[in-house]
Parts: sequence; C-alpha cells; structure tokens
Amino acid sequence: MTEEPSPVIALEGLERRFGDRPALRGISVTVGEGQTLAVFGSNGAGKTTLLRVLATLLRPDAGTVRVLGASLPDEAWKARGRIGFLGHEPLLYPDLSARDNLLFHARLHGVGASRVDELLAAVGMAHRARDPVRELSRGMVQRIAAARAVLHDPPLLLLDEPRAGLDPAAAEKLDPLIGRASGRTRVLVTHDTERGLHEADAVLGLRAGSAVVAGPAAGADAAAIRELYS
Amino acid sequence: MIRAAWAILWKDLRIELRTRESAPAMALFSLTVFVLFHFGLRRNSIDGALASGVLWVTVLLAAVLGVNRLFAAEREERALDGILLAPIDRTAIYLAKAAALFLYLVLLELIAVPAFAILLLGPGLGGAFPELLAILLVADLGLAFVGALVAGLAAEARARDIVVPLLLLPLYVPLLIAVARATEPFLTSHPGPHGLAKWLGFTGVYDTVFLLVAVAVFDYLLED
Repeated sequence: MTEEPSPVIALEGLERRFGDRPALRGISVTVGEGQTLAVFGSNGAGKTTLLRVLATLLRPDAGTVRVLGASLPDEAWKARGRIGFLGHEPLLYPDLSARDNLLFHARLHGVGASRVDELLAAVGMAHRARDPVRELSRGMVQRIAAARAVLHDPPLLLLDEPRAGLDPAAAEKLDPLIGRASGRTRVLVTHDTERGLHEADAVLGLRAGSAVVAGPAAGADAAAIRELYS
Repeated sequence: MIRAAWAILWKDLRIELRTRESAPAMALFSLTVFVLFHFGLRRNSIDGALASGVLWVTVLLAAVLGVNRLFAAEREERALDGILLAPIDRTAIYLAKAAALFLYLVLLELIAVPAFAILLLGPGLGGAFPELLAILLVADLGLAFVGALVAGLAAEARARDIVVPLLLLPLYVPLLIAVARATEPFLTSHPGPHGLAKWLGFTGVYDTVFLLVAVAVFDYLLED
C-alpha cells in the first residue's frame, strides 16, 4: 500500500481578524502537489488575506495552517523561499532597473545572475532590462513581477489576478512560468470565473471571509460562483 | 546573513545614488540649521559647550530625516514583502539599514562639519583632530544602531512621521550628552583637561547595548 503524499496546503478552521473585523472565518481546504486552487469572491471577501496568510506575511489568529509541510506561523521560516508570490503590488523598487530588481531578489534567494537574464528573456523584457521600473507600463511591470515570483523556482505559487494589465500576447508569455503548464502547485485568485474554473482542480468561493463554495472544480456550481459577485 | 545584508545595502545605495533623497537632504538641512543659528544667536562665532551643543543637536535632527526615509523605498509598491518572503534572517535587514544610515551620516558630516566651522565656530577645527574623528565615528554608530531600530519599529506605522522623532530623540539623549561633553574641549581656543576616554567609553557602551537589543528584537518588529 502506498502512502498518500501530504498536501502542499492544508487549512483547518483558519481564522484571521483585523481588529474587530473578521477577514477569514473557519476556512478549511487542502491542495495537493501540482494542483491549482481557484479562489473567487468579490472585493473584501478575504481572498488577498488568505494569500497573505499562506505567504507567511500575515499570522493566522486561529486554526491549523500547513504550507509545504511547515506549520504556520511557528515554522514560517521553513516555507519562506519556497513560495512564489504575485500580488496586486509588484514588490519591486520603482527607482531600480528591472534587471537590478531581479538581481536583488536573486541575491536574497541565492540564485545566480544567469537565471535573471534567462527570465528577462522569457517574459520578453530583455530589451527594457536596464530601464527603471518607474518608466515601464503596467503590463511590463507585471511581467517583471512574474519573473520575480518564479526567480527561485518555487514549488508553490500564490497568484492574485496575475493577468491584470497584461495583453493576450504577454499573458501567453507568462503561461509557462506561472500558468498550469508550469507544473507548480498554485493558488489562483481571480474574478474571471470561466478561466478560473478551466484552470483549477479545486475551487473556493469566499463571501465576507466565509467559504460558501468549496470542492473539486469538476462539477462545481458555476452559478453559485457567479452569485458571489452579485 | 551577511550576504543578505550586503544585498539590501547594495540595493539601498543604488536607490540613493539614483534618487539622492536622503544624504543630500540631511546635509542641506544641517546647513540651513547652521544659518538659522548664525542669525538666531546674533553672534559671529561660538565655542565650547554652546558650539558642541549646536553641532550635535543639528546632526541629531538631520539624522531624524534619514531615519524617516530608511524604509521609504520598501513602503512603495510593498517592496518590503519581497524581502520578507526571502529565506533570510531578518536581522540582515536591520544591519543593512544601520549601515546605510551610518554612511549617510558620514556624508552629512563631510559637509556639515566644515560648514559649521566656517559659519559658526570661533576657534577653528585645526586642534580638534584626530579626536573629533573618533567622536564622530562612535556617535555615528550609535545614531545608526538606534535609528535603524526605530525605523524598523515605525516602518508600517501610519503616523511614522510623528512616531520616529517622538521615539528617537529621547533615545538619543544619553548619546547627545556623551558626545557633546566629549567634543566640547576640542571646540575652544584654549583646550583644558578633557574626559575623552570616559565619554567615548560611555558612547561605546551605548552603541553596544542598542546593537544587541536591536539584533534580539528586530525579527519581531517586522512580524504582522
């Protein structure tokens, strides 16, 4: 008998508050290796908070959170460096060039400069590599941010609207890095229900911090997910 | 940890070279304050305790400007999250920020000290070297160690422009007393006996205590 591989993400009763306001209420979900969890919900539903807890940037107030085998928040250091995070903000320095930004993150993660140049080419930004990020368009910044997120080849990607600001050609360029084709385990926050359902193995629908839709993507109630936005 | 600290310091210096927002502002501020003292005191020259006090209070206030800007680049586009996601000891962030502030202070003093001598000081600085260099060095270490700690504490605070001076200046008081007393005998026309070793020793202890406290607590300061 073969042993079940432990899930990359395992949440049980996750709670998180900001002052008196609950942001996440009793979230339970598991995500296996190589799987994609699509997270839906309107603005303020708790999607970004969930991603930030998984990224070790926010501490859970209650519940069990295991990410890449590390129990959060006590073992957060074990998971850091194995997570790729692409959020609303690019986490880049506007006054540094695209290449200097990636070189900086490469140094923090112990990655060589050749990986930086390889990724700049992969996201189609080699020709603007020496321009300050401040001078780049929103879509170009997003491409550099995607390169930053996968610089250290993380097994887990946390993606918050990763295609925001990208034209179709740029989005296609990023697919091998952050799309399903990357083979990485992913948590994908998106408002695009059709694409989310298409890319996901499991779905989680949030309303006011509570999970109102949860389960496999196959057979998920698309109407109930769309209802989250009404 | 040292590798990560170097990476963060390199990044900070690249940004400072590009934007010139911290060290030049600190230097310009100190020149402005000297001019204000020049007219406010209505004296052509000062010396002794008054000169020492004016010099160090000006440097301390200029340091507050630098401390306020230490995490400015990290706040823009939430870049601090990018560092927090890396598998590094967060003490590296503290060491890098303290080193950056130390370098800004040295640059500030390269301009401010000669300007002080020209605008305000009666006796001249000729007799103050090399002792003044030693005082500046240990003072800058203390200013940097405490400044980087307070900058980290206020990094995510909404009212950081108020929090930084309110926290920082009281913490600088012991340092100010020691370095002002150490400097005073070297800013007079007829230097008498001085307690340089005693005041440098006191400042060294101050520097060491705050470095140790910062290394012990900085990791927790950046926790959510």
